[in-house]
Amino acid sequence: MIDLIIIGAGPAGMTAALTAQECGLKVVVLDEQLRPGGQIYRNVLDTSKDTILGPDYFDGRTLAQRFLASGVDYRPGAQVWRIDDDGVCFTGPDGASILRARHVLLAVGAMERPVPTRGWTLPGVMTAGAAQIMLKASGVVAPNAVFIGSGPLLFLIVAQYLRAGVAVKAVLETTPRGNYASALRHAGGALRGWRYVRKGMGMLSEIRRAGVRIEKIDSYTLAGRDHLETVDYVVAGQARQIGCDTALIHQGVIPAVQASLSSGCAHDWNAAQVAWLPKADASGRTDKDWLRVAGDCRGIAGALSAQLSGELAALAIAQDQNRVTADEIAARTKRVRAKLNTDNAVRPFLDQLYLPRPDLLAPTNDDVTICRCELVTRGQIRQAVSEGCPGPNQMKAFTRSGMGPCQGRMCGPVVTQTMAAMTGLSPAAVGHYRIRSPFRPVTLHEMAQCAEAPDQKAT
Amino acid sequence: MFEQLKTATPLETVNVTLDGVAITLPKGMTLAAALLVHGAYPLRTSPVQGPDGPKQRAPYCMMGVCFECLVEIDGKPNQQSCLAQVRDGMVVNRQDGAPDIKGDRT
Ligand code: FES
Repeated sequence: MIDLIIIGAGPAGMTAALTAQECGLKVVVLDEQLRPGGQIYRNVLDTSKDTILGPDYFDGRTLAQRFLASGVDYRPGAQVWRIDDDGVCFTGPDGASILRARHVLLAVGAMERPVPTRGWTLPGVMTAGAAQIMLKASGVVAPNAVFIGSGPLLFLIVAQYLRAGVAVKAVLETTPRGNYASALRHAGGALRGWRYVRKGMGMLSEIRRAGVRIEKIDSYTLAGRDHLETVDYVVAGQARQIGCDTALIHQGVIPAVQASLSSGCAHDWNAAQVAWLPKADASGRTDKDWLRVAGDCRGIAGALSAQLSGELAALAIAQDQNRVTADEIAARTKRVRAKLNTDNAVRPFLDQLYLPRPDLLAPTNDDVTICRCELVTRGQIRQAVSEGCPGPNQMKAFTRSGMGPCQGRMCGPVVTQTMAAMTGLSPAAVGHYRIRSPFRPVTLHEMAQCAEAPDQKAT
Repeated sequence: MFEQLKTATPLETVNVTLDGVAITLPKGMTLAAALLVHGAYPLRTSPVQGPDGPKQRAPYCMMGVCFECLVEIDGKPNQQSCLAQVRDGMVVNRQDGAPDIKGDRT
């Protein structure tokens, strides 16, 4: 019998796997990528781009090397599509199978916050995270792109492009001016997390030194016929336009909650991170005692915190399974928690500083597409609300929003916030789509493979 | 548009069939990235029609979330090309609108 299935081989998943193994647990790690590292440490064992990507990136290398050398049962290329108390179903390179274990740890990380505006579905519009993944994983870049949005990751990829000698056409920053003042309420945390603040300021001056101006804009739209042709934006009340074929947009990242939602564990709306977070205790335990969460999928906190929360979750699971006693791990748990507190100190400041403008969270123009898969506009959502559609689940039936291949990953948070803005209810009161298994599109053949071969690989 | 870093060491290429045409792509590269560099762009048209017809689409997130990068790989439709790697002999077809129902799939 497997003791623990970990889903995700990023900083949280790898650390949890090493910790659990150390405590004598039999661990299996399933990861949808083909190499360990998650998105933040994507392709981290490749040293060829170190000068471009910077020291924060290769911090993850030792961890990935230790993980690969540990002998943990690691299954790359495994796409999980069902998680329940009776097993985890996934499709890997050899087809679909089901694994059972006493505990499951979700360490599936974050996703880019969807940013619906006019033209965001056009080819040529991608997330800044997508650009960074292409740089890390494939050494592929988009010269003369326009970067639009807010947040540390936006400036990081701009800096990395400039280090790589890739021309950047413009950087348009949407951070609302008022955020600077309101973030100062959390100045204490910013001081404790000074290391991060200094790094951020270093990045901004690196961009300016390279001769790239960061323009503070009030609003923007993306336009083109079959692909992106122009970015139209407003600076200090003045309309401007740039011609470009690539726009890379970013408004921060949010926890990837599709898997945790599908398991039925409770989630809360977190106003500071403007996102759904699984309800979990300090060790990541959800309201289902077999299911824990660690890393960015339990709340955005970055790579170091992810490792620490992975360690805490694995220690708690080892204790649940009587492999270690509370006394044995007490000192270690205390130490890890203290480090986690220090590392998290800057988070309230960053969350407030880079809080997206409200109309980028819930669009105000009726012609903006909210559900990309089913081409559902804000106007259709408004119409459905005016006809009495009571919530996101009913919105699926009214408009087909959330019914396409991404299964509401992209439009889910936007529909919630748009309905909240329209009705005056809080996002928590509006709720989220009910997410059901299979939470990835699978064939009947794959489902049948799981039914035919239960526990086939579990022993 | 996307290109390979000028400083990158040239990658070994392999033979791939794209929409029935023989091409070469860098071995092991993420398929969606390789297709973008190759110029297979826009990548597909949406199965759902807008008021003015189907929409042109291309990869958006590159991390398996948005499902905009769907292609047919070796006869299997709706595969996320951002989660696939270029392999020798791979047969890739772009998807145009909604699929036909075929009886011969296993
Ligand atoms: S590009 Fe988003 S799923 Fe592949």
